[in-house]
This record gives sequence, structure tokens and C-alpha cells, in this order.
Amino acid sequence: MALQEQSLPLGGVTPDRTGKYRTDHLLVAEMIAAGSKVLDVGCGDGELLQLLESRGIDGRGIELSREGVNRCVAKGLAVVQGDADTDLVNYPDDAFDYVILSQTLQATRQPKTVLENLLRIGRRAIVSFPNFGFWKMRLQLLVGGHMPRTEHLPATWYDTPNIHFCTIKDFVELCDEINVKMERAVALDLYGRPVPLNLPWWVWNMFGEQGVFLLSRGGAGK
Amino acid sequence: MTNLQSVSSPSIHSEDRAHEADHPTSTVAKFGVEQPLKLDCGIDLAPIQIAYQTYGELNADRSNAILICHALTLDQHVANVHPLTGKAGWWEIMVGPGRPLDTDKYFIICSNVIGGCMGSTGPASTNPATGKAWGLDFPLITIPDMVRAQAMLLDRLGIETLLCVIGGSMGGMQVLQWTAAYPERVFSALPVACSTRHSAQNIAFHELGRQAVMADPDWHHGRYFERNTHPHRGLAVARMAGHITYLSDAALHRKFGRRMQDRELPTFSFDADFQVESYLRYQGSSFVERFDANSYLYLTRAMDYFDIAADHNGVLAQAFRGIKTRFCVVSFTSDWLFPTSESRALVHALNASSARVSFAEIETDRGHDAFLLDVPEFFDISRAFLESAGKARGLDSKAFSSEVDAGSREEDASKKT
Repeated sequence: MALQEQSLPLGGVTPDRTGKYRTDHLLVAEMIAAGSKVLDVGCGDGELLQLLESRGIDGRGIELSREGVNRCVAKGLAVVQGDADTDLVNYPDDAFDYVILSQTLQATRQPKTVLENLLRIGRRAIVSFPNFGFWKMRLQLLVGGHMPRTEHLPATWYDTPNIHFCTIKDFVELCDEINVKMERAVALDLYGRPVPLNLPWWVWNMFGEQGVFLLSRGGAGK
Repeated sequence: MTNLQSVSSPSIHSEDRAHEADHPTSTVAKFGVEQPLKLDCGIDLAPIQIAYQTYGELNADRSNAILICHALTLDQHVANVHPLTGKAGWWEIMVGPGRPLDTDKYFIICSNVIGGCMGSTGPASTNPATGKAWGLDFPLITIPDMVRAQAMLLDRLGIETLLCVIGGSMGGMQVLQWTAAYPERVFSALPVACSTRHSAQNIAFHELGRQAVMADPDWHHGRYFERNTHPHRGLAVARMAGHITYLSDAALHRKFGRRMQDRELPTFSFDADFQVESYLRYQGSSFVERFDANSYLYLTRAMDYFDIAADHNGVLAQAFRGIKTRFCVVSFTSDWLFPTSESRALVHALNASSARVSFAEIETDRGHDAFLLDVPEFFDISRAFLESAGKARGLDSKAFSSEVDAGSREEDASKKT
């Protein structure tokens, strides 16, 4: 699958007039039909889950930190303390309509296994991650000669939890390799705004600060 | 056994204990022969009585009731002075005005389990057929039996649905049994430091405790009350062994290390040279003052028999299929009696049943007993969970406002003591 051949429709994101929710959360919420059952892996403080529940979506979460779990429980959310690498295996097949992995893939030990599990547990998966192909990253490595650090990824190489960085292009190739179908793809720029749709993939890979993908199981397995 | 000579003889007389078993310092609900408790062993037990304490006020629509299920060696005296020991209630840190189980908001009930010795019918109670204590003539009881008795009590109190059932250890087992047996009566459940079944290691420790009791010549095959004795040495040893399992290596080391008790050098004897020995002996001797030896046998047995999955064709998830109850499962990192892996297995089963479950593992080195201690992280999550459950059930601060005036609280407090 050549990147340039992909034609991926980008749905409009309803603007959040209250400013209460993050753009990428609103984008994810737009992808999910009301009444669905959703698992948010790495749900943090439960902001996205709250947004989803406010839209009639039955949400569950997994969160690594106990403080995060506590804040979620205080919001009335159902969140289990756990880890994407070790705990997804314990969920049954087809347990959810959607499984969300937001800004966490690059921090897992086994991104490929995690991705496979997401689409075993859920009929669809929504994955977002920081794009290491973003021009600022490239520039820092090319010109500065050191591992890139950005406003959103400020950690140094020796203390970063992000051990498996990838570019949008890398991710698309992985999806192809494990027979995952991309239903929608959106690249967000540095300000969380979608990169215009009519531009070719390499532009996304260059100017997308993060990628958001709606995935489903591919047809015939390899 | 010379080293146990220093386990002091009980200062509370066995008559006090026996009196408490039949005429407790608690409210009592009596059920006659027309309302037997149907036991798992096939026996209809009647008449029975259930001793219980309540705190706070039941609201008008009866939606703010929380049931606390107590652990093996505890009782219904959650937040009041204990009638036998004179000590503070075992969960005062958790239950009271402004506490996580806020008595200004919730109506809190705790009953002594069936088989216990603090006023609910058990082996220390008088058998109406003989006029003497039941002893080993008392039928074997199970965790489901305890819960069935609690359900009878709630029927008597006119409470259809509980806002929450909460408990640690054996109490947590009862919480899980509540959700499996009466899911529609449990709006939310908070099982703490527990498991859906007793492990082989746990059964082994219980067997050790029971053998210690039964090896005591004062036990007399459970008829010690007829000879005016109590197997306090055996029961103290059982308690000492049990107590070790409630702590952790790190907690014991931090508390006692290898420090000596009131001496500089070893005595070269079997005296309690080490502080940890002295502490255990104290734990043993203070326990026998308030607990009946036969009751200890029955309750440990009830825990051993507990296995929810076994009652559902071996599939744990089946016990919770379609359940609407909101769960918050809590475990502690250093608990090796009911380790986190057991709680995770429960959470997986609840997930597989699509139940609404939260789970937190609290980091602490204090072992299984952490749920009874000052562990702020545990208080925080309990409070947060109960408040969100209350909100989901339509309780708000307005609903409680009629009860929060200081006057009624003081009156309530004086009533309880």
C-alpha cells in the first residue's frame, strides 16, 4: 500500500465553543457512534472518557497511575489500574466497539502486540501518537545532531518513557504488515488543528505533529 | 509450650463473653421458627438472632444505606466503643462525620456474622434445644449463609437496595457474594483485599490455627464452656499465626527489627527476648479475651469453603453476568494473604461480564491489614467511589441536608455509646 494512494476522508470536527475539551479528544469523539462501548487505554484523568459519556457512550478505562485512577473514580468513571503491555491480553475478544490508545503507543514495550490486541478486543481501534517525522524533529536531528525534544515531548533521551517512537509513515506500514485497515486518518499540526486533507501523505508525515487513526480489522488475513 | 506461659490468662471472664453471645450490647433482630435461615449444608436454622449496629440516619427514600461486612476476627462494633475490650471501634478511621463513610450522608449498618460470637447466632450462643451453648453441634456455615442472614436483616429494616456493600478480607468475600447472589440489591460494591476464593495457602494457615485450638487440652472437643475453661493458649497461637499473615516482612522489620524487649542481651531462654515476640504474645492474649474459640473454627472454615466460580460451573465471569452493580476493587501491594493477582483475576472476570468496574492497587508496605490502618490513598478512593455512586443514585447534598444539623448528630452519638 503506497501512502500517496490513500484517500482518507477527514470528517469535520465540531468546534468546542466552551473550550472545555481538547481538539484531539473532540476529534476522537467524532469518530465514535453514540451508544457504543469504548475502552480508553491510558485514560489519564478521564477527560476523554467524560466527554464520551456525556455523548451517551459507555466508556471504560485503563490507567497506569493510581492517582489517575483515583481522579477517574471521583468522576464516576469505571477505570482499572493497569498497563497496555500486560493487561490487554486479559480482555475477551470483541468486548468493545472501539478501543482507544491515545498518545501511548510509543511508550509501550510491544507496540505491534498492543495494536493487535486493540483490534482483538475492539471491533475498531482509534490510535493517536506523536509523529517523529514532524519537521521540527527532523530538523533537530539533522542540524542539531541530538535527539529531538519538543514542547509536547520535553523529556531527554535518558528519562523518556517513550521508547518506541515512529513516524506516520512507519505506522501506516505496520498497519499494512499486520493487515489492519485504516478507515480514517487525520494529522494534527502543532496547534492541534487537522492538516488539510487534500495534501499528499508526505506532507502529513512532515507537518503533522501527531497522527490520529481509526482502524478496523483487515479483510483476508495474511 | 513453656514459651506460651507468658500468654496471660484472659482478664475478661468467659461468662462475659457468653453473655455477649446471647444478650449483646447491640440492637438485635430475632427471627422465629417460621423464618429459618436456609444454610448451604441443608439445615434450616431457627430461631436465630442477628446483632447489628447502625450509624447515621436512613433517608426518606431509603437510598443511602451502606452495609459494612466485617472481617474474620472483627465484629459489628465499627465506630463505637467495644463492649468487651473498651477499645475504639475497629473502623473509626473510616466511619464517622466527614470520614469516607460519612455518617452525615449515609446510613451505615454492620451486623455480626452468623457463626460469630458477638450476638448473632453462632456456636457460642445457647442452643434452644439443650439450654447450653451450641459448641460443635452448631451447623457448618458458609459465606453465602452469612450474606443470606444479612439479607434477612435488610428485609426487616425495610431496605431493598443498598447504596454500597463494603468490606475487607472475609468482609470482601461477603461483598462479592452479595453481588453474585443479590445483584439487584447492590447499587455499588467495594471489595477490599479479598478474593473470589480461598487459596490453598490460606486454607493451610487456617488449618494451622484450628489445629492449635483443637490441640489445647482446654478445648474439650468444643465443650469447654461446660467445664468453665477456654482454650486460650490454642486460640492465642492461632491468632499469632494469623496475625503474621496480616502483616508483611517489611512492616514487621520496620516496626520491630531485631530489637530486644526491655533488655540489652539475650536471656538464653525461651522468654520473649525480641520485641516481635512480645508483640505477638500480646496480640494472642488480647484476642482470646474477646473471641470464642469455636467461633474461630467455624468462621475460618466458612472462608475455606468460599469459591464463587465453583458455584457457577467453574466460570467466575458467569457469577456476574449482566450485573448492573458498580464495582471498585482495591488491593494493597504488600498483601501476600490476598495478593493483587487475586483482585486482578476478579477484575478480569468482571470485565468479561461487562460489569462497570474500577480497580486500584494501593502502594503500602503494611500488608493485608492495610485496609484497617491510616492509608490516605485508600480513604481517597473509597470516598471518591462512594460519592460518585451517591451521585449516580441521585443522592445530593440537598437530600442529606435535613440530617446534617449538629443537634441530631449529637443525639445520635449519645444513643450509640
